[in-house]
Amino acid sequence: MDRGETVGIVGESGSGKSVTALSILRLVPEPGRIVSGRILFNEDGRQKDVVQLSDEEIREFRGSDVAMIFQDPMTSLNPVLRVGFQVREAMTAHRHFSHREAHERVVPLLKKVGIPAAEQRASSYPHQFSGGMRQRAMVAMGLSNEPSLLIADEPTTALDVTVQAQILELLRGLNRELGTAIILITHNLAVVASLCTRVIVMYAGRIVEHGPTRQIFKSPQHPYTWSLLRSLPRLDETERHRLLAIAGLPPDLTNPPPGCKFHPRCRFRIDRCIEEEPPLEEVAPGQEARCWVLMRNALKPKEPTAPIQQGDGTA
Amino acid sequence: MTLDQPKVETAPAASEAELVRVEDVFKHFPIGASIFGGQVVKAVDGVSFGVREGEMLGLVGESGCGKSTLGRVIAQLQPATAGHVYFNGTDLVTLKGEKLRRVRRDIQMIFQDPYASLNPRMTVGEIVGEPLANFRVGRRKQREERVNEVMRVCGLNPNFVNRYPHEFSGGQRQRIGIARALVLNPTFIVADEPISALDVSIQAQIVNLLQDLQDEFQLTYLFIAHDLSVVRHLSDRVAVMYLGKIVEIADSEAIYANPLHPYTKALLSSIPVPDPDLESKRRPILLEGEIPSPVSPPSGCPFHTRCPIAQFPICSEQEPPLESKDGGHLAACHFAGQL
Repeated sequence: MDRGETVGIVGESGSGKSVTALSILRLVPEPGRIVSGRILFNEDGRQKDVVQLSDEEIREFRGSDVAMIFQDPMTSLNPVLRVGFQVREAMTAHRHFSHREAHERVVPLLKKVGIPAAEQRASSYPHQFSGGMRQRAMVAMGLSNEPSLLIADEPTTALDVTVQAQILELLRGLNRELGTAIILITHNLAVVASLCTRVIVMYAGRIVEHGPTRQIFKSPQHPYTWSLLRSLPRLDETERHRLLAIAGLPPDLTNPPPGCKFHPRCRFRIDRCIEEEPPLEEVAPGQEARCWVLMRNALKPKEPTAPIQQGDGTA
Repeated sequence: MTLDQPKVETAPAASEAELVRVEDVFKHFPIGASIFGGQVVKAVDGVSFGVREGEMLGLVGESGCGKSTLGRVIAQLQPATAGHVYFNGTDLVTLKGEKLRRVRRDIQMIFQDPYASLNPRMTVGEIVGEPLANFRVGRRKQREERVNEVMRVCGLNPNFVNRYPHEFSGGQRQRIGIARALVLNPTFIVADEPISALDVSIQAQIVNLLQDLQDEFQLTYLFIAHDLSVVRHLSDRVAVMYLGKIVEIADSEAIYANPLHPYTKALLSSIPVPDPDLESKRRPILLEGEIPSPVSPPSGCPFHTRCPIAQFPICSEQEPPLESKDGGHLAACHFAGQL
């Protein structure tokens, strides 16, 4: 991920998108742990591996290099502390700002995220805020140490659409003005289309496809991405057509299927998919997909494919 | 019936005859009541509309606008504070006892949360068959056959009748809830956010099922949702609610092509579409603030505090009536179509 980039991670519940994001901050809840791999972060030309950082270093890394905002702002804010205090605390926990500076930055930060009457609202408690205002306060806390990356985990899922539009506009503006890179985790492909320049599609704990947003939406190569895009009702549809339903359910990750993890639900599978898991391979410039078939081959008229599993049948 | 064949046709054109007529319905909930009377939440505040036979009427609005309460009042799960709900010409509000019970056969509800709306101690067969037992329909054998039949129709394996809800996924549980609603062969279904608790890849399965069932059994639906994309996909007509009132109601096409109320327009513009090219050109009409409290709604037009085209003092003093602006297109706005 580049500096200042906006990347969307999409997937259904249980696809591993949140755990991926929590891993970046080493916040994976017990008994989960990072078994292997590296998470590299570049700052001022120096590279650090988050997995190897000491407890002291990771504490400094969280919040100041990378900040995170969560789906439910009510459970992420302390109900008995004033909002202004909590924003200030986020700064005094790190070393970038003195106590006085931190104090002086609170109101401008609240203003920046669009909280009206910020001077007064700084001394309100979270329950006195509406859902959208709480999420704005969370964004203010996240930005308080000027991190270079903000991870937003379903930041608008609990909000109404008119408020969702406000928060997306806020994130878009912050990305443009401050150059803060954003990882947006969501199940909503439309939100990704609205905010992100690159998209990562996850299924059963794996990246099944990623690439530039436009390209993925125009020419998805993994059958899961392709199906997902056709399963959505669209506000701009001109004629009514039947939605394409993906048969079956996401796999149980304690006992995942062999081969490609999507093959039990895939209408384009071939025999190889059942036995052997495909690697993530480049399918177009900047676009990679994890599939033996790929949609451009599957959609060719004479290409032999497995019998199409029609319908919605879970029976 | 076959659920498996993709169908392209839409539901047959709705006849003009109204199956349900809602007249001036109010639903107020008292809060902090004292002996001198306390404040009330005006969840539904003077709503009138009709549902035509065989149509799917979408009811949309943001959380707290009163859409679910209205659905429950229409289904007679909660009594209205005032007003009338006519079903086939009979006023349900005045019905009591056995007469009301008989009408309930024809009006069924599908709930949002497939986890909370099924009794975990009952088997699927008991859950789906309970309405039959309640209404003493047929003998035991016939009931079992009916349960099997309706489960098949809803895409559930009838061999699972003896399983418990926790053994099913969210999408399958929603199918159980739908099967329970259908088992008595109702004519009218109130579906309250039936897909919003489900995973994205499962939502389309349930949307298609609801459509198939409508075609197969000529059902009339009131489909309550906050997701306007789904409502557009399914509904023949759409009613938009804001703070306990209907602010606009029209044919689905008309409301999406030419929204007249500024709230509808802002709501539609707020919804992102899954197309990056379109999204880069669209800019939502951002509303200021959030929905005011239904305990003390604004004077005049309830939307005037957030409305980009409100003019004063008319909008803050006079409440605009829901009136016909263009054929069957009703809107409650002094300046309809001007945003």
